[in-house]
Amino acid sequence: MKKLINHPDDVVTEALAGMALAHPGLRVDVANRVVYRRAAPVRGKVGLVSGGGSGHEPLHGGFVGHGMLDAACPGEVFTSPVPDQVVEATKGVDGGAGVLHVVKNYTGDVLNFQMAAELCAEEGVEVASVLVDDDVAVTDSLHTAGRRGTGATVFAEKIAGALAEAGAPLAEVVKAGEEVVARSRSFGVALTPCTVPAAGRPTFALEPDEVELGIGIHGEPGRARAAAAPARELARVAMEAVHTDMPLSGDVLVMVNGMGGTPLAELYIVFAEVAAFLREKGAAPARSLVGNYVTSLDMQGFSVTVCRLTDELTALWDAPVDTPALRWGR
Amino acid sequence: MDTGFFVAWIEAAARAVAADRERLTELDAAIGDADHGINLDRGFTAAREALAADPPATPGRALTLTGTTLIRKVGGASGPLYGTVFRQMGTALGPAAAATPDALADAVAAAVAGVERLGGAREGDKTMVDALAPASRALSGAVRAGTAIEEALDAAVAAAEDGARAAIPLRARKGRASYLGDRGIGHEDPGAASSVLLLAALRQAARGGLRR
Repeated sequence: MKKLINHPDDVVTEALAGMALAHPGLRVDVANRVVYRRAAPVRGKVGLVSGGGSGHEPLHGGFVGHGMLDAACPGEVFTSPVPDQVVEATKGVDGGAGVLHVVKNYTGDVLNFQMAAELCAEEGVEVASVLVDDDVAVTDSLHTAGRRGTGATVFAEKIAGALAEAGAPLAEVVKAGEEVVARSRSFGVALTPCTVPAAGRPTFALEPDEVELGIGIHGEPGRARAAAAPARELARVAMEAVHTDMPLSGDVLVMVNGMGGTPLAELYIVFAEVAAFLREKGAAPARSLVGNYVTSLDMQGFSVTVCRLTDELTALWDAPVDTPALRWGR
Repeated sequence: MDTGFFVAWIEAAARAVAADRERLTELDAAIGDADHGINLDRGFTAAREALAADPPATPGRALTLTGTTLIRKVGGASGPLYGTVFRQMGTALGPAAAATPDALADAVAAAVAGVERLGGAREGDKTMVDALAPASRALSGAVRAGTAIEEALDAAVAAAEDGARAAIPLRARKGRASYLGDRGIGHEDPGAASSVLLLAALRQAARGGLRR
C-alpha cells in the first residue's frame, strides 16, 4: 500500500487538521471531529448537519459553508460517526430554529444519527432528519435494508441548505430535502477497488478486464460484475438503470461523480454520453456537476446522479453557495 | 459470577477481537466495507481502558460501561448494536454484586431482544442475531435444566457457531450485506462471526474462573 499518510490510525484527525488550515471559512474541532462553518450557529436559521464515514471527500466537510451545511461530522474511514459527534455538531449549530440531519441510508449511519437525535431531543434541541436513498442498484428494497444513499446527498444538502439560508422553517427544509431525494436516482460503476488505509489492501479484487456495476460508496462490491467496456457503454448501463427506475424527461440536474481515482477528462467523456442519453429520452441536463464529490478513497470509476428538476428546485440549486467544494453566486 | 468475572470477560473479548481483527475485516471485505475487525478492536481496546480507569463496583456497571464505550468509539452499525448488547445485559443485571446463572441467561436474552429491536433484524436475516438468538436459547435451556455454567456456556457457544454456519448459505436482509442480494450467499456474516467470538470469550472467562 502506497498512500500519502503518516499512520493509518491518524488519517481522519490529520486530514481534519489540514482542512482547518486550508479553509479559514471553517472552524474545525479536531478533537470532537466536527467541521463547522465559522458563523455557526446562525441565530434563527435551521441548522444543517450531515456526516458519515471519512473517505468520501469532499463529502461531507467540503460542503460546509454558506448556503449548504452548518456542520459535518466525519467518522473513521467508511464508518459512520458516533452519536457523541453528532450530538456535539447538532448542539453547535442550533440557532433556535431546529436542526436537520441529512442521513444516508446505511444501517450504521441511520442508527448513530437516530441515537444522537434522541439524545438531542432530551436536551431540548428540535431535530428532524432526511434519509437519502437514491441508489437504484439496490432493486429489492422489500427484502433489504432499503436503498443506499449516495450522490443525491449532495443535491439534498445543497437544496435544503439554500432554503434554510433563506430563513425557511424546519418543516419546509425537511420537505424540500425529501422532495430532492424522491426525485433523484443514482448508479455507480467501479473500474478498480479502493484501499482502506487501516486494512492496507484493496477491498475486493477486480481483474484488469472487469468492472463492478452498481457499487455503493464504500468500496463494497456491487450488484454484478461485467467485462470492461468503452465509456459509452458504461454510461449507458448506468443511465438505463436510472431511467428504468425513474423515467427521465424535462430538465434534470446531473452529477457525473468521480470515485476518487478517475481523471476529470474521463468524467467529461462520461458526461457527454450521459447528455446524449438524456437527449434521446427527451430530457435535458439543465444543471450539471462533473468532478469528484462523493468519492471512495482511491477507487477508479464514476457514479451518475440525476434529479428531475422543478422551477423551485432549480432556483434553490442556483442560490449562492460558498463551501470548499461547491462555490458560486457569491 | 462477580464483577471480576465480567471484567475478565471483556478482557478476553478484547484479546479475541484483536487476535481475529484481520479475519473479521476480511469477512467484511467480501460483503461490505472491510472495517469490522478494525472497528471492534478499537472499541474493545477502549472498553478495556475504560474499565481500568473507572473500576466498576458491580457486574451491571461493568457491562453498561462497556456498552457505552462501544457506542462512543466504534461507529458504524456494530457500535450501536454491540453497545446495546452490553447495555441491555448491564441493565438486566441491575445493582446486584454478583450474577447467578439464571440472571446471566436472562441478561443475554434481554441483549438479544434489544438488538432485534434496534436493528429490526430477526433470525434468518443473516446478521449477528443468527448467532446470538440460538446461543441465548441454549444458555437459558441449559441453566434451567440445572447444568453447570461452564457446560451451559459450552452449549451456548456451540449453538452460536451452528447459527453462524447455518446463515452462510442465506441471503442477507439487513445491514450492508443486504445490498449485495444473491452475491452475499455463501459468505459468513461478520457480525455473526464476532458474536461467536464474544460468547467464546464469555466461556473462557467462566473456565478461567474454574482454574482460579
